[in-house]
Amino acid sequence: MTPASTELYGLMAEFDDPTRLVMAARRAREEGYRRMDAYSPYPIEELHEALGLHQTRLPLIVLMGGIAGCLGGFLLQYWVSAIAYPLNIAGRPLNSWPAFIPVTFEMTILFAALSAVLGMLALNGLPTPYHPVFNVPRFALATRDRFFLCIEACDSRFDRARTRAFLESCEAKEVTDVAP
Amino acid sequence: MMDEVPAVRSAEPVPAPASYGPPPVIAPGHTFGSVTDKISSIVLTRRTPFAWFVGFGIAFLLAMVLFFSITYLLVRGVGIWGINVPVAWGFAIINFVWWIGIGHAGTLISAILLLLRQPWRTSINRFAEAMTLFAVACAALFPLLHVGRPWLGYWMVPYPNTMNMWPQFRSPLIWDVFAVTTYGTVSLLFWFVGLIPDLATLRDRSRARVGRVVYGILAMGWRGSARHWHRYETAYLLLAGLATPLVISVHTVVSFDFAISIVPGWHTTIFPPYFVAGAIYSGFAMVLTLAIPLRALYGLHDFITERHLNAMAKVMLATGLIVAYGYGVEAFFAWYSGNEYEKYLMANRMTGPYALGYWALILTNVAIPQLLWFRRIRRSPIPLFLLALIINVGMWLERFVIVVTSLHRDYLVSSWGMYYPTVWDWAMYFGTIGLFVALIFLFIRFLPMISIFEMRAILPEAKVEDLRVL
Repeated sequence: MTPASTELYGLMAEFDDPTRLVMAARRAREEGYRRMDAYSPYPIEELHEALGLHQTRLPLIVLMGGIAGCLGGFLLQYWVSAIAYPLNIAGRPLNSWPAFIPVTFEMTILFAALSAVLGMLALNGLPTPYHPVFNVPRFALATRDRFFLCIEACDSRFDRARTRAFLESCEAKEVTDVAP
Repeated sequence: MMDEVPAVRSAEPVPAPASYGPPPVIAPGHTFGSVTDKISSIVLTRRTPFAWFVGFGIAFLLAMVLFFSITYLLVRGVGIWGINVPVAWGFAIINFVWWIGIGHAGTLISAILLLLRQPWRTSINRFAEAMTLFAVACAALFPLLHVGRPWLGYWMVPYPNTMNMWPQFRSPLIWDVFAVTTYGTVSLLFWFVGLIPDLATLRDRSRARVGRVVYGILAMGWRGSARHWHRYETAYLLLAGLATPLVISVHTVVSFDFAISIVPGWHTTIFPPYFVAGAIYSGFAMVLTLAIPLRALYGLHDFITERHLNAMAKVMLATGLIVAYGYGVEAFFAWYSGNEYEKYLMANRMTGPYALGYWALILTNVAIPQLLWFRRIRRSPIPLFLLALIINVGMWLERFVIVVTSLHRDYLVSSWGMYYPTVWDWAMYFGTIGLFVALIFLFIRFLPMISIFEMRAILPEAKVEDLRVL
């Protein structure tokens, strides 16, 4: 990893529509750029692939959460009903497992849902109180109707003039320096 | 922020040629900008309508009635209600089941219709989810207050304690605790996750400093990165997949409160599916009860179109028929079982002291909703609104009939009795309606009631064109 430039976070290109953004992202990848990110006001399926990003590990985290909730929920009930506080209810066995299914199910869902949300936030690094992209005034439109591609200065192929020329050649409406 | 950032595209929709086929889920001519501006302006720039203050004021007063009643209940005990042996459940459980059922439509719209790829869910899912959240809050109040000493409610949670006691996990009432708290938590997560990108929009568009700070903290630094969107969408779909079986399990567990017991009229296997269908039925009725006035008040006809009304009316018709089938099966098996207690229960429901309730239920929940077969009714807001109100009443009557007629005359004639609600029962019931409506009013004032980013995604211009052509 090359040391990040101290005076520049990267170069930000603005686009009018999703097609141009996806096209620019694809071309940037073909040019060899890797340290970049695209910003859009709604999820664009093609963008993820155009940037050549990996599949997320989130489903695995959710599965583990669900399994933990399921086992934890059942074992808690087993331990309470058969070991810690055994009560004879109408002669049923102490480990009357069919009666434990509803709570086991609810705990599975609860833990899986919590891991989905907390996992998503953690992998995304949210909350992020400060991020350099917000230094671009027009970036406020990224949550309205504008599309942005930012090539970061820490990319090994980044060169201020050449990268700017490249982004302009992608039909960018405007290319701006991003302060760190 | 809006002053510094010029809006390049026109905020007004440009007229588009009329198209053929089914009515659109969003009126033609809208752009990313116009959708964003129209929805966010309700929160940020538009003057709050006078009707909002009137509505919120009335609802707030009713919520104060609720808080007063709760205070009086804590001072005097549950004796202020009409409950007694044999009818120890009364309004508390009727209202609990009614409210939790209403919540179910929100989860159905946001989760099940997402998995079924129904594009019309987009403009109604946000406030349907808010409705779920507030309905669950109202629902959870009742069993908690009904336990008599609500300040000891935490005893229902398994935790190591000096009394060395643990909850009884074989009891459906403990299942209820787990089902309802899980449902409340997952509904909150689902709603909040859906809000994050829109909170970022409000952060970027708010002109007031307090708005920028508060929405900014809530948006947690969301910046719409492609990496984030990918994980976000994965998380959202997984949550939908988890919420779908959850919503079915919650009302199933609620019906177990009844079905696991041996009370005539309760001990039946039809209860879980029939309760779930009833929940969706009443929930859609409540969504329409809220959506139709909101649409008129805020001029959202472009986003909540006739197609939405029609689709929701069809869901009500289908679930209403399942509920009607449930009533039929109850009556049939009361006769077919040959069990004299079950037979007597049905006869008592139809001709006993609460017969008026039963026949009002059949009228409001089965007979009148058959009007939904007519397309003209399904597409006209005012008749649909009235029908939704009638169904809300009908579903409340259903729970009244189930709880009261089963309990008041069971096996031993010597322990028969009557149940009469007191003024405090009514005050709490209407009080929770006030709390619910007040929360809905606050929600539409301070948060976007329609999911902005999902509306952007269903616009025609959101599609990425084939790259090989370009």
